[in-house]
Amino acid sequence: MDWFYKFPHMNDDALRSLKKAIDEGFRAFTRSYGDTIEFLFSPLQHFLIAADRFMTQTPWPIIILLIAAIAWAATRNLRIVGGCFVTLLLIGYFDMWDDTMRTIAMIFVCTVLSIAIGIPIGILMSRSNRVQRVINPILDVMQTMPSFVYLIPVVMLLGIGKVPGLIAVVIYAIPPMIRLTDLGIRLVDRDVLEAADAFGASGKQKLFKVQLPLALPTIMAGINQTIMMALAMVVIASMIGVQGLGQPVLKAIANQYFTLGMFNGLAIVGIAIIFDRVSQAYGKRLQKHREIVHG
Amino acid sequence: MAEHAFGGIKIRELYKIFGPNAAAHIESVKNGLTKTELNEKHGHVLGLRDINIEIPSGRIQVIMGLSGSGKSTLIRHINRLIDPTSGEVLVDGVDVVKMSETDLREFRRQQTAMVFQKFALLPHRNVLDNTVFGLEVQGLPQSVRADTAMRWLEQVGLKGFEQKYPNQLSGGMQQRVGLARALANDAPVLLMDEAYSALDPLIRSDMQTILLDLQKEIKKTIVFITHDLDEALRLGDQIAILRDGEVIQQGTSQDIVLRPADDYVANFVKDVNRGRVVHVEAVMQPLAGHAAPSGPTIAAGTTIEEAVRLLVSGPEKDVTVVDPTGKPLGVVTLRQLAGAIVSAHGTTSPSAAAPAMAG
Repeated sequence: MDWFYKFPHMNDDALRSLKKAIDEGFRAFTRSYGDTIEFLFSPLQHFLIAADRFMTQTPWPIIILLIAAIAWAATRNLRIVGGCFVTLLLIGYFDMWDDTMRTIAMIFVCTVLSIAIGIPIGILMSRSNRVQRVINPILDVMQTMPSFVYLIPVVMLLGIGKVPGLIAVVIYAIPPMIRLTDLGIRLVDRDVLEAADAFGASGKQKLFKVQLPLALPTIMAGINQTIMMALAMVVIASMIGVQGLGQPVLKAIANQYFTLGMFNGLAIVGIAIIFDRVSQAYGKRLQKHREIVHG
Repeated sequence: MAEHAFGGIKIRELYKIFGPNAAAHIESVKNGLTKTELNEKHGHVLGLRDINIEIPSGRIQVIMGLSGSGKSTLIRHINRLIDPTSGEVLVDGVDVVKMSETDLREFRRQQTAMVFQKFALLPHRNVLDNTVFGLEVQGLPQSVRADTAMRWLEQVGLKGFEQKYPNQLSGGMQQRVGLARALANDAPVLLMDEAYSALDPLIRSDMQTILLDLQKEIKKTIVFITHDLDEALRLGDQIAILRDGEVIQQGTSQDIVLRPADDYVANFVKDVNRGRVVHVEAVMQPLAGHAAPSGPTIAAGTTIEEAVRLLVSGPEKDVTVVDPTGKPLGVVTLRQLAGAIVSAHGTTSPSAAAPAMAG
């Protein structure tokens, strides 16, 4: 009755050699293709470095004005612009300006990348139930797998640095982008699509003139979620060398510096709120025409 | 299209079965399997059975039926939003069923335009941008699009509303946008799928007037779907009544009201205001000889209601019905006219066989 109380698992030796085989296989793969892969990702690195340089080397008053201008353009709401202004001033006053700028640069690149990859995948998914059935479980894995676990192969392939950090963040943050693009397109009114068909719209015309514009509010919600999740990954990404607000937090954890951790944590919260309010208000403004004026 | 006269629409032996294996059952349906049997034995739904309709160019063909009769399915076969299981749909001589994907798209852009029950406007576009949609899909340049769209918006009475969004408009106004969008395409065929069913009665009547007035100028071949008999009688040059996917009667409004094909149609028409539908020819006493008209005359095609209005204001005398060339056709009295309005059977005497019913 031993098997009843103790789960009859795989033979220890077999298990050990299985793990070893996979590890060695991956290591061999890394050794032979690591450079190629690193080369493939080098445009990303340039993009990241450029964004980083822009944010950290532009004088702070210009950056603040720039962010306030973007917030105004997107929201037309003085309270939100004022909130951004005060938050940034406070962050700078408590000497977290450089780290914050690095984090914003990182989040910006992550978001752009997530949109660029996520929207096309979302469109593909919305067009075929089969594609949806394949991609959905992958997205589930990406969202639930502990991020430390997929840091391992990324670091093995690309080493420590910005790009592996970026990849880890994107893997974690891209699922809502894909899912909400898919959902938004699937929710487009059938009657409107039929009308587009009746007028002889081609697939491309339907996508760009009907489906994407009507899915835009949902897609905007996806972008908002992606930004929030990317921010949540900042601390974990700092473990593999991403500079920014995550690193002081990591240092604070290791050395039990309560105040350091708190300040940097609050700075993350601050920019999260800025991003959230601005992108949400923008999304709302995009669908102003949906407000029912006539019963 | 000026050099080529549009050839109208011919629907021939059209069948539609809904279900995963429709083609397998088409033969048994053609051999008389009923809708209920098909559903019970094979789990397929018979949408349309043996539809044959000829719609001459420039006429309004109304297809009337209650919900589930297959009328919306039928109209979607004309621009092939639904593929038939068997049959032909000839538009201007070309079989829509056999068109390739690209031909079909081109056909939809150039030959047809459609107006929908639920308007189906693009909520993110303003009225003007909605109206240009068809032209935009055709790839016409911006300036042409806007000019054409503005012209049609003016025609349907929406001048000044170009910058509004659909949600800011009432149902009636939204459907005007739908109509302008369809008309802007300048396609010979206009498909109207219960276009006015979602509107309240007064607005519906307004929209019917707009359509009839416009039709005098544009002379499109219009297929109009409705479940409302009054609407059908008012708009239709020809009417086809559909029930359970089959045409049970085709003809002019006179045919439908005066000679209903079966009890189902008779039941439909029994509450119709005959005075507004039936023409004087149907109740007049045909002339035996060729006596010249003496006294007042009235044109053939006048409704009984209008005739009564003319008669009660004039001297009490028989009135001669004349055809458009002035040739007398018959004589009608106020008593005959009044009788035709109140009695359901008074107009079905053999002498009532109205001439030239075919459209």
